[in-house]
Amino acid sequence: MNMLRQIRAVTWMNLRSIPQRFGSSSVIVVGIAGVVAVLISVLAMATGFTHTVLATGRDDRAIVLRGGSDSELASTLSREATLTIIDAPGIRKDAAGKAIASAEPVVIVEMPKKSNDSGANVTIRGVGAEGVALRPEIRLVAGRMFRRGVRELIVGHGAEAQFKGLDVGSHIALRGSDWTIVGAFESNGDSHESELFADAETVLSAYRRNLYQSVVALLDSKDSFDAFKAALTSNPQLSVAVLRERDYYAHQSQRMGTVLAFVAYFVGGIMAVGALFGALNTMYSAVSVRSREIATLRAIGFGASAVVLSVLIEAILLSVTGALIGAGLAWLFFNGNVVSTLGSNFTQVVFRLAVSPSLVVLGVLWACAIGLIGGLFPAIRAARLPVAMALRAL
Amino acid sequence: MKFLPLLWAGLWRKRTRTIFTLLSIVVAFVLFGMLQGVNAVFSNALNAAAVDRLNVVSRISFTESLPFSYLEQIESLPGVAAVAYQSWFGTYYQDPKNFVFSFPVDPVRFFPLYPELQLPKDELAALVRTRTGAVVGRELAKKYGWKIGDRVPLHSVIWTQANGSSDWQFDIVGIYDAPNDPNQAISFFFNHSYFDEARSFSKGTVGWYVVKVKDPAQAMQVAAAIDRRFANSPDETKSQSEKEFTQAFIKQQADISFIVSSILGAVFFTLLFLTGNTMMQSVRERVPELAVLKTLGFTDLAVVVLVLCEALVLCLAGALIGLAIAAGIFPALKRVIGEASLPWSILGLGSAVAVLLALVTGLPPAWRTTRLNIVDALADR
Repeated sequence: MNMLRQIRAVTWMNLRSIPQRFGSSSVIVVGIAGVVAVLISVLAMATGFTHTVLATGRDDRAIVLRGGSDSELASTLSREATLTIIDAPGIRKDAAGKAIASAEPVVIVEMPKKSNDSGANVTIRGVGAEGVALRPEIRLVAGRMFRRGVRELIVGHGAEAQFKGLDVGSHIALRGSDWTIVGAFESNGDSHESELFADAETVLSAYRRNLYQSVVALLDSKDSFDAFKAALTSNPQLSVAVLRERDYYAHQSQRMGTVLAFVAYFVGGIMAVGALFGALNTMYSAVSVRSREIATLRAIGFGASAVVLSVLIEAILLSVTGALIGAGLAWLFFNGNVVSTLGSNFTQVVFRLAVSPSLVVLGVLWACAIGLIGGLFPAIRAARLPVAMALRAL
Repeated sequence: MKFLPLLWAGLWRKRTRTIFTLLSIVVAFVLFGMLQGVNAVFSNALNAAAVDRLNVVSRISFTESLPFSYLEQIESLPGVAAVAYQSWFGTYYQDPKNFVFSFPVDPVRFFPLYPELQLPKDELAALVRTRTGAVVGRELAKKYGWKIGDRVPLHSVIWTQANGSSDWQFDIVGIYDAPNDPNQAISFFFNHSYFDEARSFSKGTVGWYVVKVKDPAQAMQVAAAIDRRFANSPDETKSQSEKEFTQAFIKQQADISFIVSSILGAVFFTLLFLTGNTMMQSVRERVPELAVLKTLGFTDLAVVVLVLCEALVLCLAGALIGLAIAAGIFPALKRVIGEASLPWSILGLGSAVAVLLALVTGLPPAWRTTRLNIVDALADR
């Protein structure tokens, strides 16, 4: 109890003297704010991207690609193969008894980005008659649905915002044919919002193709996946890869997520080392400026541990302040920013930077670690200060 | 020169503080060196782009293929010196992690267009002779220990053979060098004829054309002429100089230079603050000593220069150590960012930044010393 009172008294005294050494204390705050701002911004990019791509997958949906392909772009399925796949057991049926599955051609169109006018790849997904029933998360927010057999498209909310010439009502030319964008949709912020949807058969005929890229199927339940997969992989006429949609999209987000996390921790780590030196400097000078006061306290009976803890608490409080400022800056400048990058299908994925509470907590933890290490050595020096000598330094 | 010991003594007056300040400058310059080095990798790719080559891709997107019949049509256009073509083969070796950049080409057309890739004549002849032959870059061969005569299977994630297999066998008949940029010595080239004959779909198409123009000054006109030739056809083209193409490709990923400059901005602002503060503090503590110097007859200017020199020594030493460490880290990061090294220009730029940093952080405290009232300062008031 006595100990606690001592710590409180010394800490309070330290904190009240901060305004007098505002300059050197702010070194910790600014240094850590820099580290945390960079760390959180880059991680916000990583989580934003991963979240968007992951949200696209559901446990009770499966995606079928050609065996050996790791993305839709690389996959090709013949019409006969897609019919066999849609007939497989385990797919949910609608009221009319039709399997809720869609054989989808995926093609790419280059559109200029609004931000820099540079051309970027955008996905056009041809969907079958059940393509929308398959994805209840899709909601039209403007215009109307495309009609089958007509060269009409609906545009995802993200793509509409990120690229030029994709507003409802505009026309785009694909392979010498004229297409109209008749509607815009939202899809819970997943990666379909970076795409354009059209009727599968119309897309195939415009591109003069007869190969699909994937089949997406809604399953009876998430437990019927194994039966569905077994039926397809044991069929000697097919050579396909059957994946839970969630696993497929998790795999798609992995590479970019890893790269961004590497950048965040690598750059953030190096900066943290720099900030640590700054913190050590500040706390050493804070201790040396106050050596007389500390010696006085020790002389009148305050314990060494009270002194150590008070220095540590000061360092950590300054660090946490810095972390909150850094997180605040990252939030202010980047939270909700819409950016896009190349996903693994070689097309743009539009996503929002998300400065989530867990990232802020991570930033604060990093700050505490820096503050703890930066405060520890100066605190030990303060506690070891020979009382008599420090007092004589008057 | 005779003030060197004084300068030295000033720097080491507070040993720990100087060391920590130095270390944080070192850290900032490690980051500076690394980020600029990464930036240089991307600008190298741009500088390597030849001015007399055009890339002709499908207007819809460069992932769409173009008909083989365009070859002769492009060749017949005025201003075109030579035409080659490539396709994206998308392969890995043994494990999906070992991605191999492989391209089917017509060797007789392709290699003359890329003088920066050096392939011995007899190996080129062997490639033409051998249907399943392939030539690989020196770096790629080193990575997997391939040598001439090896039979190498590659798994294509896109292309299947008519028999349904995604595995393609190749016989390595040559190894090429790219003396100017080792990052270009990582590709795998093989015969388009083998590819087109064996693949199960999209026969009679190629990924993109590469056009060498007779006069680089006319490159834009030739590009426009090519695009006009195929306008309003089902396969419209987009012709760009190699540099434009590369730039657009990099921009698809992200605006690298923007990210690099933002991070560096944050780092240097933090650093400026930190060093500036230390310098201020150091001068403040030494006010009585500086007053003694002035009493001894040092002019205002001499004191200012002395303080500035301290900052300069600290910043330059930090910068040089930091850049040296960055240069040392690059080889270790080869797997992540490819072949990268610290260009000498970065050393110059880094030193300039260090001098600037010293001036910005050193000037305000140095300036304070000129307004020092000796009597007050000596009395530590």
